[in-house]
Amino acid sequence: MELILALAIGLLTGVGVWLLLRPRTYQVILGLSFVSYAVNLFIFAMGRLAIDQAPIKEADRFASLLQYDDPLPQALVLTAIVISFAMTSLFLVVLLASRGLTGTDHVDGKEPEV
Amino acid sequence: MTLQDHLLVVPIVLPMILGAIMLFVQKRNTQIALGVASCLGLVAVASWLVWQFATGAGILVYQVSNWPAPYGIMLVADHLSALMLALAAVLGLTVLVYASVRWDRAGVHFHPLFQLMLMGINGAFLTGDLFNLFVFFEIMLAASYGLVLHGSGPDRVKAGLHYIVINTVGASLFLIGIALIYGVMGTLNLADLAAKVSSVSAQDRPLLEAGAAVLAVAFLTKSAIWPLNFWLVPAYTAATPPVAAIFAVLSKVGVYAVLRIWLLLSAGAPDFGDEWLLYGGMITLLIGTVGLLASQELNRLAGYSLIVSSGTLLAAIGFEDPYITASALYYLVAATLACAALFLLVELLERTRTFGANVLALTLEAFQAEGAVDRAEVPEVDEVGKPIPMGMAFLGLTFVIACLIVAGLPPLVGFLSKFALLASVLEVGQQTVVMATPAWILIALLFISSLAALLSMSRAGIRVFWAPAELASPRLYLGEAGPVAALILVAVALTVGAGPATAYLGATAEQLYQPEHYSRAVIAKTAVPPPQQGSPAERPGQEELP
Repeated sequence: MELILALAIGLLTGVGVWLLLRPRTYQVILGLSFVSYAVNLFIFAMGRLAIDQAPIKEADRFASLLQYDDPLPQALVLTAIVISFAMTSLFLVVLLASRGLTGTDHVDGKEPEV
Repeated sequence: MTLQDHLLVVPIVLPMILGAIMLFVQKRNTQIALGVASCLGLVAVASWLVWQFATGAGILVYQVSNWPAPYGIMLVADHLSALMLALAAVLGLTVLVYASVRWDRAGVHFHPLFQLMLMGINGAFLTGDLFNLFVFFEIMLAASYGLVLHGSGPDRVKAGLHYIVINTVGASLFLIGIALIYGVMGTLNLADLAAKVSSVSAQDRPLLEAGAAVLAVAFLTKSAIWPLNFWLVPAYTAATPPVAAIFAVLSKVGVYAVLRIWLLLSAGAPDFGDEWLLYGGMITLLIGTVGLLASQELNRLAGYSLIVSSGTLLAAIGFEDPYITASALYYLVAATLACAALFLLVELLERTRTFGANVLALTLEAFQAEGAVDRAEVPEVDEVGKPIPMGMAFLGLTFVIACLIVAGLPPLVGFLSKFALLASVLEVGQQTVVMATPAWILIALLFISSLAALLSMSRAGIRVFWAPAELASPRLYLGEAGPVAALILVAVALTVGAGPATAYLGATAEQLYQPEHYSRAVIAKTAVPPPQQGSPAERPGQEELP
C-alpha cells in the first residue's frame, strides 16, 4: 500500500511539474492541479496509512488510542483542498482574461518568434 | 479576561469585519471611511503593543476558542510581531489614503481586497501555529492576486499570471514542508515544535531538516532570494503604485517567517541552513545591485532596491548573531518605508513627464551623435531665474530623502541602520575566524550596493528634475503628497529616536535568540476557566513568567 501511494504521489508530482513548465496557460493550470493533488495526498500520508481505523473517538469502541487514526492531517488536507481549489478557479479567470487581452494562450502573452 | 487581553485578536478581526461590510456597501466614500477607520484602529493597536513591550511586558498569548497549547491555535505577540504589525499598519494607512485620491477607481473592490490583505499580513505576524501561518499566507496572497490585477490591462494580467503561478507553487511547497514537519514532530504549534526539536532522534533529523528546507524555499520565494526573485520586478512595476507600495511589506512577511521559524527550529538543536541564507542573501544583494545599475525607469529602480534590501536582510540573518539581527531589523524598517515612499513617488513623478520621455532618454544615451544633433536644434531657453515649481520642489526633496535612505547615506535612518549593520558585522568578523571571510564579503557588497543605488538614483533624479527644458508643475493632491511626506516623516522620527528604537530592536533580537522563552510562555498559558455560576466573571491569575 505504501509503495502504491508513494508511486502515485511521485507520478502526480512529475506530471504536474512537467506541465507547469510548458508554455500554454491551459497546461500550466493542469500542472497546478496535479501538483495540488500530489500535495494533498502527501499531507494525508503524513498521518500514516491505516485501514479500518476511525479518526474520531467513540465512547467505548476501542480500548487504546493506538487503534484510532490521526485526524489532524485529514483536517489539514480539507483546508488545503479548499484553498487550492479557490486558487485554481482564480487562475482560470486570469487565464481567460489574458487570452482575451492578448489573443494567445502563451504564458508570456505573445507567440514565440520562430 | 479583561478587554485588554482581547486586543490581540483585533488586528485580524477588525480588517476582516470591515472588509466584509465593504462588500455590501457600494458607496465609495463609505468604503474609504471604513478603510481609514480600520487602518487607524490597526495603527492604534500596534502602537499599544509596541508600547507594552517597550515598557517591559512579556510575551502575550491569546488562546483562540480557549484551547490550551499544543491543541489550540494561538495568537502570540512578542517584540518582533509588534514591530512588524506597526510597520504594516503605518504602510497600510498611508497607502490607503494615497490610493483613495484616485487609484482605487481604477478597478473594482480595491478597498475590501486591501483590508483582507492587511488581515492576512497581520495574521501571519501574530499566529503561533504553522498551518495557521499557511492559511494567513494564502489569505494575504489571494487578496494580493486581486490587487496586482487592479486596473487590468495586458501588462498587469501578464505579470499577474506569472505572480499567481509562482505563489501557488510556493504554497504547494509550503504544504509539503508542513506535512514533513508534522510527520516527524507530530505537532504544528510553533512553541511546541521549539520545545521538542532538540529531542528529535538522529534518524528522523534529516527528514525534519528536509521539511524545514522545503518550507524555507516557500518563504524565500516570497522574500525574493536569488534565483527565486525574477517574478518580483515585473509584478511590482506592473501593479498600480499604491499596490506596489503595500507589496513592499509583503516581501518582508517572507523575511519575518524565515526569521521566526528558523530560529524556533534551531532551539537547542544543531544549526542548519545558515550558510544558505548567508550566501543566498549575498548573491541576491549582488543581483539587486546589478539590476539597480541597469534600470532606466524609476519604478524598476524601486523594485531592485527592494531586492537589495531583501538580500541584505537575508545575509545579515544568516550570521545568526543577535547584534547583527538587531541592526538588520532596523534596516528592515527603514528600507521598507523608503521603498514604499519611492513606489508612491515614482507615480507622481511620472505624471510630470511627457509621454515617451523614457524611450527618448534611452535613445539619447544609445546614440550619442543623434542626441547631439537634436539638442542643437532645440532653441535655447532662458532658464536662469526660473524657479522650480513648488510641487516639483516637494517631489524633489522627498525623492532625495527616499534615495538617501535607500542608499544608506547620512544623515538619515538609512545611514544609521547600515552603519549599525556594518559595525556589528565587522565585530563578528573579528571575533570569530570562520565568519571573517563572509563578513568582509558582506561589507564590500554593502558598500558597492550603496554606491550603485546612489549612482543610479542620481542619474534618474537628474533626468527627471534637471534635464527637461520645461518643467510642468505637477498637480499634487494633499491626499497623495501627504502619505509620501508621512512615510518620510516616520523615517525621520526613527532617525531622531534612534536611541529608543535601537533599544527596542536589541530587545527584539535578544528575545528571538531565546526561543525557550517563547515556547515556555505559550505552553505555560492555561485555558481560562468558565465564569462561575451566579458570581461575576473573575479574572484568572496571569501566569508569571521568569
